[in-house]
Amino acid sequence: MRPFTHLRPDTAGDAVATVAADPDAVFLAGGTNLVDHLKLGVATPGTLVDVTGLTSTAVEDLPDGGLRVGAGVRNSDLAGDPRVRRAYPALAAALLAGASGQLRNMATTGGNLLQRTRCAYFQDVTTPCNKRVPGQGCAARDGWTRYHAILGAAQDSAGLQHCVAAHPSDMAVPMLAFDAVVRLTGPDGDRAVPITEFYRLPGDDPSRDTVLRRGELITAVDLPPSPIAARSTYRKVRDRASYAFALVSVAAAVAVEDGTVTDARVAFGGVAHGPWRATRAEDVLRGAPATDDTYRAAADAELADAAPLDTDVGGNAFKVPLLRGTLTSTLRTLVEGAA
Amino acid sequence: MDATITLTVDGRERTLTVDTRTTVLDALREHLDVTSPKKGCDHGQCGSCTVLLDGRRALPCLALAVAHDGADVTTADGLATDGELHPVARAFLDADAYQCGYCTPGQVCSAAAVLAEAGEGWPSAVTPDLDAERVTLDRSEIAERMSGNLCRCGAYANIVDAVASVAGTDGGAR
Ligand SMILES: Cc1cc2nc3c(=O)[nH]c(=O)nc-3n(C[C@H](O)[C@H](O)[C@H](O)COP(=O)(O)OP(=O)(O)OC[C@H]3O[C@@H](n4cnc5c(N)ncnc54)[C@H](O)[C@@H]3O)c2cc1C
Ligand code: SF4
Ligand code: FES
Ligand code: FES
Repeated sequence: MRPFTHLRPDTAGDAVATVAADPDAVFLAGGTNLVDHLKLGVATPGTLVDVTGLTSTAVEDLPDGGLRVGAGVRNSDLAGDPRVRRAYPALAAALLAGASGQLRNMATTGGNLLQRTRCAYFQDVTTPCNKRVPGQGCAARDGWTRYHAILGAAQDSAGLQHCVAAHPSDMAVPMLAFDAVVRLTGPDGDRAVPITEFYRLPGDDPSRDTVLRRGELITAVDLPPSPIAARSTYRKVRDRASYAFALVSVAAAVAVEDGTVTDARVAFGGVAHGPWRATRAEDVLRGAPATDDTYRAAADAELADAAPLDTDVGGNAFKVPLLRGTLTSTLRTLVEGAA
Repeated sequence: MDATITLTVDGRERTLTVDTRTTVLDALREHLDVTSPKKGCDHGQCGSCTVLLDGRRALPCLALAVAHDGADVTTADGLATDGELHPVARAFLDADAYQCGYCTPGQVCSAAAVLAEAGEGWPSAVTPDLDAERVTLDRSEIAERMSGNLCRCGAYANIVDAVASVAGTDGGAR
Protein backbone atom coordinates (compact mmCIF):
# COMPACT_ATOMS: atom_id res chain seq x y z
CA MET A 1 0.00 0.00 0.00
CA ARG A 2 1.28 3.42 -0.91
CA PRO A 3 2.06 5.58 2.14
CA PHE A 4 -0.43 8.40 2.70
CA THR A 5 -1.08 11.35 4.94
CA HIS A 6 -4.29 11.33 6.99
CA LEU A 7 -5.83 14.78 7.46
CA ARG A 8 -8.72 15.75 9.68
CA PRO A 9 -9.77 19.28 8.67
CA ASP A 10 -11.96 21.38 10.98
CA THR A 11 -14.62 22.22 8.42
CA ALA A 12 -16.22 20.82 5.27
CA GLY A 13 -14.94 23.91 3.45
CA ASP A 14 -11.34 23.08 4.38
CA ALA A 15 -11.84 19.48 3.28
CA VAL A 16 -13.21 20.61 -0.08
CA ALA A 17 -10.37 23.10 -0.59
CA THR A 18 -7.77 20.42 0.16
CA VAL A 19 -9.19 17.83 -2.24
CA ALA A 20 -9.93 20.45 -4.93
CA ALA A 21 -6.30 21.63 -4.84
CA ASP A 22 -4.64 18.20 -4.72
CA PRO A 23 -5.39 15.61 -7.43
CA ASP A 24 -3.73 13.05 -5.16
CA ALA A 25 -6.18 13.56 -2.28
CA VAL A 26 -9.49 11.78 -1.66
CA PHE A 27 -12.23 11.96 0.98
CA LEU A 28 -12.48 9.20 3.58
CA ALA A 29 -15.80 8.45 5.27
CA GLY A 30 -16.62 5.03 6.79
CA GLY A 31 -13.75 3.52 4.85
CA THR A 32 -15.54 0.25 4.05
CA ASN A 33 -14.93 0.64 0.32
CA LEU A 34 -11.92 2.95 0.26
CA VAL A 35 -9.77 1.04 2.78
CA ASP A 36 -10.46 -2.15 0.83
CA HIS A 37 -9.32 -0.38 -2.34
CA LEU A 38 -6.16 0.88 -0.63
CA LYS A 39 -5.30 -2.71 0.25
CA LEU A 40 -6.07 -3.95 -3.26
CA GLY A 41 -4.08 -1.15 -4.91
CA VAL A 42 -7.23 -0.01 -6.73
CA ALA A 43 -6.96 3.37 -5.00
CA THR A 44 -3.50 4.90 -4.49
CA PRO A 45 -4.05 8.34 -2.97
CA GLY A 46 -1.27 10.30 -1.27
CA THR A 47 -3.65 12.03 1.12
CA LEU A 48 -6.84 10.93 2.85
CA VAL A 49 -9.08 13.79 3.92
CA ASP A 50 -11.26 12.42 6.71
CA VAL A 51 -14.78 13.88 6.52
CA THR A 52 -16.12 12.03 9.56
CA GLY A 53 -17.82 14.68 11.68
CA LEU A 54 -17.78 17.25 8.87
CA THR A 55 -21.16 16.38 7.38
CA SER A 56 -24.43 15.99 9.24
CA THR A 57 -25.23 12.72 10.99
CA ALA A 58 -28.89 13.70 11.39
CA VAL A 59 -32.07 12.86 9.51
CA GLU A 60 -34.08 16.11 9.53
CA ASP A 61 -37.69 16.86 8.66
CA LEU A 62 -38.00 19.27 5.72
CA PRO A 63 -40.76 21.91 5.70
CA ASP A 64 -42.34 20.29 2.61
CA GLY A 65 -42.75 17.00 4.47
CA GLY A 66 -39.67 15.31 3.02
CA LEU A 67 -36.51 14.26 4.85
CA ARG A 68 -32.93 15.50 4.66
CA VAL A 69 -30.41 12.72 5.27
CA GLY A 70 -26.97 13.99 6.28
CA ALA A 71 -24.10 12.47 4.28
CA GLY A 72 -22.60 11.22 7.56
CA VAL A 73 -25.68 9.24 8.60
CA ARG A 74 -24.70 5.59 8.95
CA ASN A 75 -26.63 3.05 6.89
CA SER A 76 -27.84 1.29 10.07
CA ASP A 77 -29.19 4.50 11.59
CA LEU A 78 -31.00 5.42 8.37
CA ALA A 79 -32.57 1.96 8.15
CA GLY A 80 -33.64 2.18 11.79
CA ASP A 81 -35.16 5.67 11.53
CA PRO A 82 -38.93 5.36 12.21
CA ARG A 83 -39.75 8.04 9.63
CA VAL A 84 -37.87 6.18 6.90
CA ARG A 85 -39.45 2.87 7.89
CA ARG A 86 -42.94 4.39 7.72
CA ALA A 87 -42.74 6.82 4.80
CA TYR A 88 -40.08 5.20 2.57
CA PRO A 89 -40.13 1.47 3.47
CA ALA A 90 -38.34 0.47 0.25
CA LEU A 91 -35.37 2.57 1.39
CA ALA A 92 -35.22 0.93 4.82
CA ALA A 93 -35.57 -2.48 3.18
CA ALA A 94 -32.81 -1.77 0.66
CA LEU A 95 -30.42 -0.63 3.37
CA LEU A 96 -31.17 -3.72 5.45
CA ALA A 97 -30.58 -5.94 2.41
CA GLY A 98 -27.08 -4.48 1.98
CA ALA A 99 -23.80 -5.74 3.43
CA SER A 100 -23.93 -6.84 7.12
CA GLY A 101 -24.84 -5.36 10.48
CA GLN A 102 -21.18 -4.52 11.12
CA LEU A 103 -20.70 -2.83 7.74
CA ARG A 104 -23.96 -0.88 7.97
CA ASN A 105 -22.76 0.60 11.27
CA MET A 106 -19.67 1.93 9.47
CA ALA A 107 -20.99 2.83 5.99
CA THR A 108 -22.23 6.39 5.46
CA THR A 109 -24.92 7.75 3.14
CA GLY A 110 -22.35 9.69 1.07
CA GLY A 111 -19.94 6.77 0.83
CA ASN A 112 -22.70 4.34 -0.09
CA LEU A 113 -23.72 6.48 -3.08
CA LEU A 114 -20.10 6.64 -4.22
CA GLN A 115 -19.01 3.06 -3.59
CA ARG A 116 -17.45 1.63 -6.71
CA THR A 117 -18.37 -1.39 -8.78
CA ARG A 118 -17.67 -4.90 -7.47
CA CYS A 119 -16.57 -6.01 -10.96
CA ALA A 120 -13.90 -8.61 -10.14
CA TYR A 121 -11.56 -7.22 -12.80
CA PHE A 122 -11.89 -3.66 -11.55
CA GLN A 123 -10.79 -4.94 -8.15
CA ASP A 124 -7.90 -7.02 -9.57
CA VAL A 125 -5.11 -4.69 -10.69
CA THR A 126 -3.47 -7.48 -12.71
CA THR A 127 -6.32 -7.48 -15.25
CA PRO A 128 -7.19 -4.80 -17.83
CA CYS A 129 -9.99 -2.43 -16.87
CA ASN A 130 -11.12 0.76 -18.61
CA LYS A 131 -12.67 2.06 -15.43
CA ARG A 132 -9.42 1.81 -13.46
CA VAL A 133 -7.04 2.65 -16.30
CA PRO A 134 -8.81 4.35 -19.23
CA GLY A 135 -7.91 2.79 -22.56
CA GLN A 136 -6.59 -0.45 -21.06
CA GLY A 137 -9.47 -2.62 -22.25
CA CYS A 138 -12.12 -4.53 -20.35
CA ALA A 139 -11.43 -8.00 -19.02
CA ALA A 140 -15.10 -8.57 -18.23
CA ARG A 141 -16.10 -8.61 -21.89
CA ASP A 142 -14.68 -12.13 -22.16
CA GLY A 143 -14.95 -12.98 -18.52
CA TRP A 144 -17.16 -13.59 -15.55
CA THR A 145 -20.18 -11.31 -15.86
CA ARG A 146 -22.68 -12.64 -13.38
CA TYR A 147 -22.70 -9.33 -11.53
CA HIS A 148 -22.57 -7.14 -14.61
CA ALA A 149 -24.88 -4.84 -16.53
CA ILE A 150 -27.51 -5.73 -19.10
CA LEU A 151 -28.77 -2.18 -19.64
CA GLY A 152 -27.21 1.10 -20.72
CA ALA A 153 -23.66 0.09 -21.73
CA ALA A 154 -23.05 1.83 -25.05
CA GLN A 155 -21.01 0.19 -27.79
CA ASP A 156 -18.23 1.88 -29.73
CA SER A 157 -17.98 1.86 -33.55
CA ALA A 158 -16.42 -1.60 -33.42
CA GLY A 159 -19.37 -2.88 -31.41
CA LEU A 160 -17.31 -3.18 -28.22
CA GLN A 161 -18.59 -1.96 -24.89
CA HIS A 162 -16.13 0.17 -22.91
CA CYS A 163 -17.45 -1.00 -19.55
CA VAL A 164 -20.21 -3.39 -18.55
CA ALA A 165 -19.92 -2.93 -14.79
CA ALA A 166 -22.97 -2.67 -12.55
CA HIS A 167 -23.33 -0.30 -9.62
CA PRO A 168 -23.55 -2.26 -6.37
CA SER A 169 -25.53 0.09 -4.12
CA ASP A 170 -28.87 -1.12 -2.81
CA MET A 171 -29.64 2.19 -1.07
CA ALA A 172 -29.39 4.19 -4.28
CA VAL A 173 -32.12 2.14 -6.01
CA PRO A 174 -35.13 3.31 -3.94
CA MET A 175 -33.55 6.79 -3.70
CA LEU A 176 -33.74 6.88 -7.49
CA ALA A 177 -37.32 5.61 -7.50
CA PHE A 178 -38.27 8.41 -5.08
CA ASP A 179 -36.48 11.20 -7.01
CA ALA A 180 -34.01 12.01 -4.23
CA VAL A 181 -31.75 15.04 -4.61
CA VAL A 182 -28.02 14.88 -3.85
CA ARG A 183 -26.73 18.03 -2.15
CA LEU A 184 -23.12 18.98 -2.84
CA THR A 185 -20.66 21.57 -1.71
CA GLY A 186 -17.61 22.22 -3.86
CA PRO A 187 -14.86 24.69 -4.66
CA ASP A 188 -17.35 26.70 -6.75
CA GLY A 189 -20.15 26.65 -4.19
CA ASP A 190 -23.14 24.49 -3.44
CA ARG A 191 -25.43 22.69 -5.86
CA ALA A 192 -28.22 20.15 -5.75
CA VAL A 193 -28.27 17.36 -8.34
CA PRO A 194 -31.36 15.18 -8.84
CA ILE A 195 -30.23 11.59 -8.34
CA THR A 196 -31.78 10.86 -11.74
CA GLU A 197 -28.90 12.94 -13.17
CA PHE A 198 -26.21 11.99 -10.63
CA TYR A 199 -25.04 8.66 -12.06
CA ARG A 200 -23.46 8.51 -15.52
CA LEU A 201 -23.72 5.80 -18.14
CA PRO A 202 -20.24 4.52 -19.01
CA GLY A 203 -20.21 5.91 -22.56
CA ASP A 204 -16.58 6.13 -23.63
CA ASP A 205 -15.38 7.27 -20.18
CA PRO A 206 -16.23 4.64 -17.58
CA SER A 207 -13.62 6.07 -15.18
CA ARG A 208 -16.29 8.47 -13.89
CA ASP A 209 -19.25 6.89 -12.12
CA THR A 210 -21.12 10.13 -11.39
CA VAL A 211 -21.25 13.80 -12.37
CA LEU A 212 -19.38 14.76 -9.17
CA ARG A 213 -16.62 17.30 -9.85
CA ARG A 214 -13.16 17.20 -8.24
CA GLY A 215 -13.33 18.38 -4.67
CA GLU A 216 -17.12 18.20 -4.44
CA LEU A 217 -18.39 16.78 -1.17
CA ILE A 218 -21.82 15.22 -0.71
CA THR A 219 -23.41 16.98 2.27
CA ALA A 220 -26.89 15.42 2.28
CA VAL A 221 -29.54 13.58 0.33
CA ASP A 222 -33.07 15.05 0.24
CA LEU A 223 -36.03 12.71 0.01
CA PRO A 224 -38.98 14.63 -1.39
CA PRO A 225 -42.40 14.01 0.16
CA SER A 226 -43.95 11.11 -1.74
CA PRO A 227 -47.30 9.67 -0.67
CA ILE A 228 -46.79 6.70 -3.00
CA ALA A 229 -43.49 5.82 -1.30
CA ALA A 230 -45.36 4.79 1.84
CA ARG A 231 -46.51 1.74 -0.09
CA SER A 232 -43.18 0.63 -1.50
CA THR A 233 -40.89 -2.32 -1.22
CA TYR A 234 -37.46 -3.59 -2.22
CA ARG A 235 -36.73 -7.05 -3.51
CA LYS A 236 -33.15 -8.24 -3.89
CA VAL A 237 -32.17 -11.49 -5.62
CA ARG A 238 -28.74 -12.88 -4.84
CA ASP A 239 -26.62 -16.01 -4.86
CA ARG A 240 -27.07 -16.57 -1.13
CA ALA A 241 -29.81 -15.41 1.21
CA SER A 242 -27.82 -12.65 2.92
CA TYR A 243 -24.51 -10.73 2.89
CA ALA A 244 -24.19 -10.80 -0.90
CA PHE A 245 -24.52 -8.24 -3.65
CA ALA A 246 -27.58 -8.15 -5.90
CA LEU A 247 -27.82 -10.14 -9.11
CA VAL A 248 -30.90 -8.03 -9.76
CA SER A 249 -33.04 -5.91 -7.48
CA VAL A 250 -36.27 -3.96 -7.73
CA ALA A 251 -37.54 -0.96 -5.78
CA ALA A 252 -41.19 -0.38 -6.51
CA ALA A 253 -44.12 1.71 -5.32
CA VAL A 254 -47.63 1.51 -6.74
CA ALA A 255 -50.98 3.18 -6.21
CA VAL A 256 -54.04 1.19 -7.27
CA GLU A 257 -57.70 2.29 -7.44
CA ASP A 258 -60.53 -0.04 -8.41
CA GLY A 259 -58.12 -2.55 -9.91
CA THR A 260 -56.29 0.04 -12.02
CA VAL A 261 -52.73 1.21 -11.43
CA THR A 262 -52.97 4.97 -11.03
CA ASP A 263 -49.30 5.65 -10.36
CA ALA A 264 -46.02 3.73 -10.12
CA ARG A 265 -42.33 4.18 -9.34
CA VAL A 266 -39.86 1.51 -10.38
CA ALA A 267 -36.08 1.31 -10.24
CA PHE A 268 -33.65 -1.58 -10.77
CA GLY A 269 -30.32 -2.43 -9.15
CA GLY A 270 -27.50 -4.73 -10.29
CA VAL A 271 -28.23 -4.31 -13.98
CA ALA A 272 -26.60 -1.04 -15.08
CA HIS A 273 -23.68 1.35 -14.49
CA GLY A 274 -25.87 3.16 -11.97
CA PRO A 275 -29.19 2.41 -10.34
CA TRP A 276 -31.69 2.25 -13.23
CA ARG A 277 -34.98 4.12 -13.31
CA ALA A 278 -37.52 2.05 -15.20
CA THR A 279 -39.53 4.90 -16.75
CA ARG A 280 -40.79 2.75 -19.62
CA ALA A 281 -42.14 0.23 -17.16
CA GLU A 282 -43.77 3.03 -15.18
CA ASP A 283 -45.45 4.32 -18.37
CA VAL A 284 -46.90 0.88 -19.10
CA LEU A 285 -48.14 0.52 -15.53
CA ARG A 286 -49.95 3.88 -15.27
CA GLY A 287 -53.60 3.47 -16.25
CA ALA A 288 -53.35 -0.28 -16.83
CA PRO A 289 -55.20 -3.02 -14.94
CA ALA A 290 -53.31 -4.30 -11.89
CA THR A 291 -52.65 -7.77 -13.30
CA ASP A 292 -49.66 -10.02 -13.89
CA ASP A 293 -50.03 -9.41 -17.64
CA THR A 294 -49.53 -5.71 -17.06
CA TYR A 295 -46.52 -6.29 -14.80
CA ARG A 296 -44.90 -8.56 -17.39
CA ALA A 297 -45.60 -6.05 -20.16
CA ALA A 298 -43.99 -3.36 -18.01
CA ALA A 299 -40.89 -5.49 -17.54
CA ASP A 300 -40.74 -6.32 -21.25
CA ALA A 301 -40.98 -2.65 -22.18
CA GLU A 302 -38.03 -1.80 -19.94
CA LEU A 303 -35.99 -4.82 -20.99
CA ALA A 304 -36.58 -4.42 -24.73
CA ASP A 305 -33.12 -2.90 -25.14
CA ALA A 306 -31.34 -5.27 -22.76
CA ALA A 307 -27.97 -6.39 -24.11
CA PRO A 308 -26.83 -9.27 -21.96
CA LEU A 309 -23.29 -10.58 -22.28
CA ASP A 310 -22.55 -13.95 -23.75
CA THR A 311 -19.11 -15.15 -22.65
CA ASP A 312 -17.37 -18.50 -22.42
CA VAL A 313 -17.73 -18.42 -18.65
CA GLY A 314 -21.45 -18.04 -18.44
CA GLY A 315 -22.55 -14.57 -19.49
CA ASN A 316 -25.51 -12.92 -17.86
CA ALA A 317 -28.48 -13.51 -20.15
CA PHE A 318 -30.23 -15.14 -17.17
CA LYS A 319 -30.75 -11.66 -15.73
CA VAL A 320 -33.42 -10.79 -18.31
CA PRO A 321 -35.98 -13.43 -17.26
CA LEU A 322 -34.85 -13.10 -13.63
CA LEU A 323 -35.57 -9.38 -13.57
CA ARG A 324 -38.84 -9.86 -15.47
CA GLY A 325 -40.01 -12.37 -12.88
CA THR A 326 -38.72 -10.30 -9.97
CA LEU A 327 -40.56 -7.18 -11.11
CA THR A 328 -43.76 -9.15 -11.72
CA SER A 329 -43.77 -10.84 -8.32
CA THR A 330 -42.72 -7.66 -6.52
CA LEU A 331 -45.60 -5.68 -8.01
CA ARG A 332 -48.07 -8.50 -7.37
CA THR A 333 -47.02 -8.77 -3.72
CA LEU A 334 -47.21 -5.02 -3.29
CA VAL A 335 -50.72 -4.78 -4.78
CA GLU A 336 -51.99 -7.85 -2.92
CA GLY A 337 -50.57 -6.54 0.33
CA ALA A 338 -52.47 -3.29 -0.15
CA ALA A 339 -55.80 -4.98 -0.95
CA MET B 1 4.04 8.22 7.84
CA ASP B 2 3.62 7.72 11.57
CA ALA B 3 0.93 9.01 13.87
CA THR B 4 0.48 8.67 17.61
CA ILE B 5 -3.00 7.67 18.69
CA THR B 6 -4.87 6.53 21.77
CA LEU B 7 -7.36 3.67 21.90
CA THR B 8 -9.26 2.46 24.92
CA VAL B 9 -9.15 -1.31 24.55
CA ASP B 10 -11.28 -3.44 26.85
CA GLY B 11 -11.28 -0.62 29.38
CA ARG B 12 -7.55 0.11 29.25
CA GLU B 13 -6.23 3.28 27.66
CA ARG B 14 -3.39 2.48 25.26
CA THR B 15 -1.23 4.98 23.38
CA LEU B 16 0.70 3.80 20.37
CA THR B 17 2.52 5.06 17.30
CA VAL B 18 1.43 3.54 14.03
CA ASP B 19 2.00 3.99 10.33
CA THR B 20 -1.08 5.70 8.86
CA ARG B 21 -1.74 2.55 6.83
CA THR B 22 -2.36 0.43 9.94
CA THR B 23 -5.90 -0.82 10.47
CA VAL B 24 -7.50 -0.97 13.92
CA LEU B 25 -7.27 -4.76 13.62
CA ASP B 26 -3.51 -4.70 13.03
CA ALA B 27 -3.09 -2.08 15.76
CA LEU B 28 -4.82 -4.44 18.18
CA ARG B 29 -3.15 -7.65 17.12
CA GLU B 30 0.33 -6.56 16.04
CA HIS B 31 0.95 -3.51 18.22
CA LEU B 32 -1.05 -4.11 21.39
CA ASP B 33 -1.00 -7.91 21.55
CA VAL B 34 -4.78 -8.01 21.71
CA THR B 35 -5.41 -11.20 19.74
CA SER B 36 -9.03 -11.87 20.58
CA PRO B 37 -10.30 -10.40 17.27
CA LYS B 38 -9.17 -12.73 14.47
CA LYS B 39 -8.08 -11.85 10.96
CA GLY B 40 -9.95 -13.98 8.44
CA CYS B 41 -10.24 -12.19 5.12
CA ASP B 42 -8.93 -8.67 5.91
CA HIS B 43 -11.52 -7.32 3.41
CA GLY B 44 -14.76 -7.03 5.37
CA GLN B 45 -16.13 -10.27 4.02
CA CYS B 46 -16.05 -12.70 6.95
CA GLY B 47 -16.74 -10.94 10.27
CA SER B 48 -14.10 -12.83 12.25
CA CYS B 49 -12.51 -9.53 13.32
CA THR B 50 -15.78 -8.09 14.71
CA VAL B 51 -15.40 -5.85 17.77
CA LEU B 52 -17.56 -3.18 19.36
CA LEU B 53 -16.22 0.17 18.18
CA ASP B 54 -17.61 2.97 20.33
CA GLY B 55 -20.27 0.53 21.44
CA ARG B 56 -21.41 -0.74 18.06
CA ARG B 57 -20.29 -3.81 16.14
CA ALA B 58 -17.84 -2.99 13.39
CA LEU B 59 -15.05 -4.51 11.31
CA PRO B 60 -11.62 -3.26 12.44
CA CYS B 61 -10.01 -4.72 9.29
CA LEU B 62 -11.63 -1.90 7.28
CA ALA B 63 -11.09 0.81 9.88
CA LEU B 64 -7.87 2.83 9.78
CA ALA B 65 -6.36 3.29 13.23
CA VAL B 66 -5.57 6.97 12.59
CA ALA B 67 -9.22 7.57 11.71
CA HIS B 68 -10.26 6.14 15.09
CA ASP B 69 -7.93 8.02 17.42
CA GLY B 70 -9.70 8.20 20.80
CA ALA B 71 -12.07 5.33 20.05
CA ASP B 72 -13.34 2.82 22.57
CA VAL B 73 -12.81 -0.79 21.47
CA THR B 74 -14.40 -3.80 23.16
CA THR B 75 -13.28 -7.24 22.06
CA ALA B 76 -14.87 -10.56 22.98
CA ASP B 77 -12.30 -10.78 25.81
CA GLY B 78 -13.40 -7.43 27.17
CA LEU B 79 -17.06 -8.43 27.27
CA ALA B 80 -16.28 -10.49 30.36
CA THR B 81 -16.77 -8.68 33.67
CA ASP B 82 -14.93 -9.55 36.88
CA GLY B 83 -13.76 -12.82 35.41
CA GLU B 84 -17.34 -13.85 34.59
CA LEU B 85 -18.05 -14.78 31.00
CA HIS B 86 -20.53 -12.57 29.17
CA PRO B 87 -23.92 -14.32 28.90
CA VAL B 88 -23.43 -14.68 25.14
CA ALA B 89 -20.03 -16.33 25.56
CA ARG B 90 -21.51 -18.62 28.22
CA ALA B 91 -24.33 -19.54 25.82
CA PHE B 92 -21.82 -20.39 23.08
CA LEU B 93 -20.15 -22.84 25.48
CA ASP B 94 -23.46 -24.33 26.58
CA ALA B 95 -24.79 -24.73 23.04
CA ASP B 96 -21.49 -26.06 21.65
CA ALA B 97 -21.65 -23.23 19.12
CA TYR B 98 -18.20 -23.69 17.58
CA GLN B 99 -15.73 -26.24 16.36
CA CYS B 100 -12.29 -24.73 15.75
CA GLY B 101 -13.27 -21.50 17.50
CA TYR B 102 -11.59 -19.15 15.05
CA CYS B 103 -14.76 -17.23 14.19
CA THR B 104 -16.06 -17.34 17.77
CA PRO B 105 -14.77 -14.03 19.22
CA GLY B 106 -16.31 -12.24 16.25
CA GLN B 107 -19.54 -14.22 16.57
CA VAL B 108 -19.76 -13.38 20.28
CA CYS B 109 -19.25 -9.65 19.72
CA SER B 110 -21.75 -9.69 16.88
CA ALA B 111 -24.33 -11.60 18.93
CA ALA B 112 -24.00 -9.18 21.85
CA ALA B 113 -24.66 -6.35 19.39
CA VAL B 114 -27.60 -8.17 17.78
CA LEU B 115 -29.30 -8.32 21.19
CA ALA B 116 -28.72 -4.60 21.70
CA GLU B 117 -29.92 -3.70 18.19
CA ALA B 118 -33.08 -5.76 18.58
CA GLY B 119 -33.61 -4.04 21.92
CA GLU B 120 -33.54 -0.71 20.07
CA GLY B 121 -36.29 -2.06 17.82
CA TRP B 122 -34.12 -2.10 14.69
CA PRO B 123 -35.73 -4.22 11.99
CA SER B 124 -33.79 -6.61 9.75
CA ALA B 125 -34.14 -7.72 6.15
CA VAL B 126 -36.50 -10.52 7.27
CA THR B 127 -38.67 -8.48 9.65
CA PRO B 128 -42.21 -8.75 8.20
CA ASP B 129 -43.38 -5.33 9.41
CA LEU B 130 -40.62 -2.73 9.14
CA ASP B 131 -42.76 -0.30 11.11
CA ALA B 132 -43.23 -2.59 14.13
CA GLU B 133 -41.82 -1.22 17.38
CA ARG B 134 -40.61 -4.56 18.71
CA VAL B 135 -38.83 -7.46 17.10
CA THR B 136 -38.75 -11.08 18.23
CA LEU B 137 -35.46 -12.82 17.62
CA ASP B 138 -36.71 -16.04 16.06
CA ARG B 139 -34.38 -18.32 14.09
CA SER B 140 -34.72 -16.47 10.80
CA GLU B 141 -34.13 -13.10 12.49
CA ILE B 142 -31.03 -14.43 14.24
CA ALA B 143 -29.67 -16.04 11.06
CA GLU B 144 -30.16 -12.83 9.07
CA ARG B 145 -28.71 -10.56 11.76
CA MET B 146 -25.70 -12.85 12.24
CA SER B 147 -25.10 -13.26 8.48
CA GLY B 148 -22.07 -10.97 8.59
CA ASN B 149 -20.18 -13.62 10.54
CA LEU B 150 -19.11 -16.62 8.51
CA CYS B 151 -18.19 -19.89 10.20
CA ARG B 152 -15.95 -22.11 8.11
CA CYS B 153 -16.77 -25.04 10.39
CA GLY B 154 -20.47 -24.57 9.79
CA ALA B 155 -21.51 -24.34 13.44
CA TYR B 156 -24.42 -22.12 12.41
CA ALA B 157 -27.25 -24.24 13.81
CA ASN B 158 -25.77 -24.17 17.31
CA ILE B 159 -24.81 -20.50 17.00
CA VAL B 160 -28.48 -19.70 16.39
CA ASP B 161 -29.39 -21.81 19.44
CA ALA B 162 -26.87 -19.93 21.56
CA VAL B 163 -28.15 -16.52 20.52
CA ALA B 164 -31.77 -17.62 20.90
CA SER B 165 -31.13 -18.83 24.42
CA VAL B 166 -29.79 -15.43 25.47
CA ALA B 167 -32.60 -13.64 23.62
CA GLY B 168 -35.05 -15.69 25.64
CA THR B 169 -36.64 -17.19 22.56
CA ASP B 170 -36.39 -20.90 21.89
CA GLY B 171 -35.78 -19.94 18.30
CA GLY B 172 -38.51 -22.23 17.04
CA ALA B 173 -38.02 -25.36 14.99
CA ARG B 174 -34.72 -25.88 13.20
C1 LIG C 1 -18.13 -7.45 2.24
C2 LIG C 1 -18.95 -6.28 1.80
C3 LIG C 1 -20.26 -6.47 1.40
C4 LIG C 1 -21.03 -5.40 0.98
N1 LIG C 1 -22.31 -5.62 0.56
C5 LIG C 1 -23.06 -4.58 0.10
C6 LIG C 1 -24.37 -4.78 -0.38
O1 LIG C 1 -24.89 -5.89 -0.39
N2 LIG C 1 -25.06 -3.71 -0.84
C7 LIG C 1 -24.52 -2.45 -0.84
O2 LIG C 1 -25.19 -1.52 -1.26
N3 LIG C 1 -23.28 -2.24 -0.40
C8 LIG C 1 -22.54 -3.27 0.07
N4 LIG C 1 -21.27 -3.05 0.50
C9 LIG C 1 -20.66 -1.74 0.27
C10 LIG C 1 -20.88 -0.74 1.35
O3 LIG C 1 -22.24 -0.39 1.40
C11 LIG C 1 -20.04 0.49 1.00
O4 LIG C 1 -18.70 0.12 1.09
C12 LIG C 1 -20.32 1.66 1.90
O5 LIG C 1 -21.65 2.08 1.74
C13 LIG C 1 -19.37 2.80 1.59
O6 LIG C 1 -19.56 3.84 2.56
P1 LIG C 1 -18.32 4.39 3.42
O7 LIG C 1 -18.84 5.50 4.24
O8 LIG C 1 -17.63 3.29 4.13
O9 LIG C 1 -17.42 4.96 2.22
P2 LIG C 1 -15.83 5.08 2.06
O10 LIG C 1 -15.24 3.75 1.81
O11 LIG C 1 -15.25 5.92 3.12
O12 LIG C 1 -15.81 5.93 0.70
C14 LIG C 1 -16.29 5.43 -0.54
C15 LIG C 1 -16.04 6.48 -1.61
O13 LIG C 1 -16.87 7.61 -1.43
C16 LIG C 1 -16.09 8.80 -1.29
N5 LIG C 1 -16.82 9.60 -0.30
C17 LIG C 1 -17.24 9.19 0.92
N6 LIG C 1 -18.01 10.14 1.50
C18 LIG C 1 -18.09 11.17 0.62
C19 LIG C 1 -18.77 12.43 0.63
N7 LIG C 1 -19.52 12.84 1.66
N8 LIG C 1 -18.63 13.24 -0.46
C20 LIG C 1 -17.86 12.85 -1.52
N9 LIG C 1 -17.19 11.68 -1.56
C21 LIG C 1 -17.31 10.84 -0.51
C22 LIG C 1 -14.71 8.35 -0.89
O14 LIG C 1 -13.73 9.25 -1.35
C23 LIG C 1 -14.62 7.01 -1.62
O15 LIG C 1 -14.24 7.23 -2.96
C24 LIG C 1 -20.48 -4.10 0.97
C25 LIG C 1 -19.16 -3.90 1.40
C26 LIG C 1 -18.40 -4.96 1.81
C27 LIG C 1 -17.00 -4.72 2.25
S1 SF4 D 1 -16.68 -4.06 -16.78
FE1 SF4 D 1 -15.93 -1.98 -16.39
S2 SF4 D 1 -15.07 -2.18 -14.34
FE2 SF4 D 1 -15.21 -4.29 -15.13
S3 SF4 D 1 -13.23 -4.72 -16.18
FE3 SF4 D 1 -14.64 -3.88 -17.72
S4 SF4 D 1 -14.13 -1.69 -17.71
FE4 SF4 D 1 -13.38 -2.50 -15.78
S1 FES E 1 -11.04 -10.08 8.82
FE1 FES E 1 -12.40 -8.39 9.03
S2 FES E 1 -14.18 -9.12 8.03
FE2 FES E 1 -12.77 -10.72 7.62
S1 FES F 1 -15.93 -22.56 14.67
FE1 FES F 1 -14.43 -22.84 13.12
S2 FES F 1 -14.82 -21.13 11.84
FE2 FES F 1 -16.50 -21.08 13.17
